[in-house]
Amino acid sequence: MANYNLKINGQNLKTEASPDTPLLWILRDHLGLVGTKYGCGMAQCGACTVHVNGEATRSCVLPVSAIADATITTIEGLSENGDHPVQQAWDTIDVPQCGYCQAGQIMTAAAFLKKNAKPNLEEIEAAMSSNICRCGTYHRIKEAVQLAATKM
Amino acid sequence: MTKNNSRRDFLKSAALTSSGLILGFNWFGQEALAAEVVAGVSTEAGNTAFNAFLSIQTDGIVTIFSPNPEIGQGIKTAFPIIVAEELDVDWANVKVLQAPLDTKKFERQVAGGSGSIPHSWQRLRKAGATARQMLVEAAAKRWGVSASDCTTEKSFVIHTASGKKLGYGELATEAAKITPPTDVKLKDKKDFKLIGSTIKGVDNKAILTGKSLFGIDFHREGMVYSMIQRPPAFGLKLKSFDATAAKVSPGIIDVVSFKDKVAIVGKSTWEVKKARDLVKIEWEKANTLESSDDHNRIFKELLDGTKNEVRRKDGDIETAFKDAAKIVEAEYQCPFLPHNPMEPMNFFAHVREDGVELVGPTQTPQNAQNQTAKLLNIPAEKVTVELTRMGGGFGRRLGTDYVLEAAELSSIIKAPVKVMWTREDDMGGGSYRPAVRYRFRAALDKQGNLIGYSLRGAGINAGNPTRQDNFPAGAVPNLLIDSSEHKSAITTGPWRAPITNFLAFAEQSFIDEVATAAGKDAVQFRLELLEKAKTAPTGAIKYDIDRMKAVIELAAEKSGWGKKKKGVSLGFSVYFSHASYVAQVAEVVMKKGKPVLQKIYAAVDCGVVVNQSGARNQVMGGIIDGIGHAMYGNLTFKDGKPEQMNFNTFRLIKMNEIPAIEVTFVNNGIDPTGLGEPALPPTGGSVANAIFKATGKRLRNQPFIEQDDKMFESVS
Repeated sequence: MANYNLKINGQNLKTEASPDTPLLWILRDHLGLVGTKYGCGMAQCGACTVHVNGEATRSCVLPVSAIADATITTIEGLSENGDHPVQQAWDTIDVPQCGYCQAGQIMTAAAFLKKNAKPNLEEIEAAMSSNICRCGTYHRIKEAVQLAATKM
Repeated sequence: MTKNNSRRDFLKSAALTSSGLILGFNWFGQEALAAEVVAGVSTEAGNTAFNAFLSIQTDGIVTIFSPNPEIGQGIKTAFPIIVAEELDVDWANVKVLQAPLDTKKFERQVAGGSGSIPHSWQRLRKAGATARQMLVEAAAKRWGVSASDCTTEKSFVIHTASGKKLGYGELATEAAKITPPTDVKLKDKKDFKLIGSTIKGVDNKAILTGKSLFGIDFHREGMVYSMIQRPPAFGLKLKSFDATAAKVSPGIIDVVSFKDKVAIVGKSTWEVKKARDLVKIEWEKANTLESSDDHNRIFKELLDGTKNEVRRKDGDIETAFKDAAKIVEAEYQCPFLPHNPMEPMNFFAHVREDGVELVGPTQTPQNAQNQTAKLLNIPAEKVTVELTRMGGGFGRRLGTDYVLEAAELSSIIKAPVKVMWTREDDMGGGSYRPAVRYRFRAALDKQGNLIGYSLRGAGINAGNPTRQDNFPAGAVPNLLIDSSEHKSAITTGPWRAPITNFLAFAEQSFIDEVATAAGKDAVQFRLELLEKAKTAPTGAIKYDIDRMKAVIELAAEKSGWGKKKKGVSLGFSVYFSHASYVAQVAEVVMKKGKPVLQKIYAAVDCGVVVNQSGARNQVMGGIIDGIGHAMYGNLTFKDGKPEQMNFNTFRLIKMNEIPAIEVTFVNNGIDPTGLGEPALPPTGGSVANAIFKATGKRLRNQPFIEQDDKMFESVS
């Protein structure tokens, strides 16, 4: 067990955990930030995507010991009032079915649009195709990313 | 998670003094609507009123409780739309809350069989209409006018002649004192404003900002976590285990065993997961350890066997085949499939001296309640079930194995516990869609008329793997449908559109084969059969011929069927399931020698569409589900053990693999029928039939990619 001081959503949060604990479980079990979801535990589905220093990162395979002083943003901290252009676009297009994967989809899309503000359709598909949506909301995700791009 | 929705809390807040009321309607009862009126409830009361279905606060906010489990089918939005429509309330003033299981207040709190809307349609409408009528009467009384001279619009009662208006919030207290009408008039469907419009999901904001919504998110102060090691192969049982190392692993509280399982109990998910790997377990054989090769052999034996149960028999099949000018024969097979909801199984249970609290994702809360009560030998009313939103279900959460496990564990360790499943636990410990193999034969006369048709199904734990009364039954003078099954130790269960999720593909592909053999157009061939079913039916016909014909014609029209489009191959499919009709045309083009699915046109008759946005989401999602599993879905077994345990080996469809989808609803005003499932069954057939047109290759087994992986490096 070791103590960690993590920079998450603009706050300094302390926790004690074994060094191999994935960030995902630190967020969910230790800090009560349950917006980041468990899907596969092996970086295959993208449900656990968060931003680490602005990069979309799979938190289920990132040990807490590897975080050091990196800045972490989760879905809870993406915007103050849930009004990030990607969140708004997701609502406008009414993307979710079950909604479980959508935090990961949104975090992936937000990091992607920050780097590529005017993506074409192929670029969107390339960026989003490693996030699984079992309900099949892919058309709306594509549409929402396009809409968000016009607002960022 | 609403933590205050206990009966005691309800009474407590009901005792608060402030204005407003809760109209408690028993809208499921025969004599309906003996209202239970609780006046003097604060504006917070909506959250606590589990004894009521619909509350109106003095500020005009209407709280509607949605009783059915939400698995992504949109029921938590659709049910309140129906109530709000008849209430004539401004949707902006509606607050929706998930109701817990309450068998006294609600009927059929189930997410399954695409049955929620059809079952509750009239009841929901009556609930809204009754409240509306009471509000109208309260206003009329205050104005001293006749109720029949008043109308309602967007949360106001209006006296037509004078133009006087009163808001629902202002009228609520008086309205609650009025005897609820027993025979209330429902709206004419043409006057619907909310029903049929486009309404966003009521949980969108919570979903998009990462609020605690799902079962896996639930947390109770003092609860412990558990992961359970279950037998790693179907047919094994627990022989012995050594938990010495696990018990001293950090964060571990206890290791206990029950029913061939070893449960690790600890302070966090990660700690119990790590400790589980340290338990040394010996398993022993309790049953046959089946492999997929065994199933292939068993299917052949069953299909060639003589012990088939006849499901439907019309005319004289033997003579028809003896007289046939042409005989078409083919066999179709699919593998096992896991449900793979994105949220793996999990459940919270707290078994106390005075009762049991269950919280989590279940499609059948009442089964969870009853079976838990039976397991613990206590009365059902001692078990409460709070419904969380579910990260998908697809039928997996119709089972209660994971609920009972949590309850049993809590009863052993005497603590509130959340049992967590890893993805591997979930995929490896499923209640799978079983593999099945179908054998078809068709007899054609010289003119290409279908004079004989037989289908034999060989299933696993499926009961009857056919739907004997489905099309083309009724349209063929000589027909035989029979089946047999193998009992396996592998656990199986309903998977989105049970049976028909593959049967439809097989039937609609085979019909295509028969049409091709008859030298007829696929659409024309089906229409001719329907015409025969109408004018000269054979036996009972359990589908609506005109509704099926209408979706066939609509899909054909939308897709430009019969018109030559250069380089484009079209495939047709139509299916009736869950009381709805869906026809599809798939468009395939060849790119670099490979078939690429570029579009699917879907014509859907589910009667009245409650919510355009939700309905389109269901149809498109169902089609993508259908494509994905037909293309890639494959769960195989080796010695009783699933060979795919996570998404690195089990392939789910991704964004770059989907075609464009155009959905058209038939607007026929018929009371709504199911929509969570019916769009899936016809999908595999339309795709395979288009691929046959494009390549000449007939795909008879799923997943397609296993049939010819060179052909399908990508479908996008």
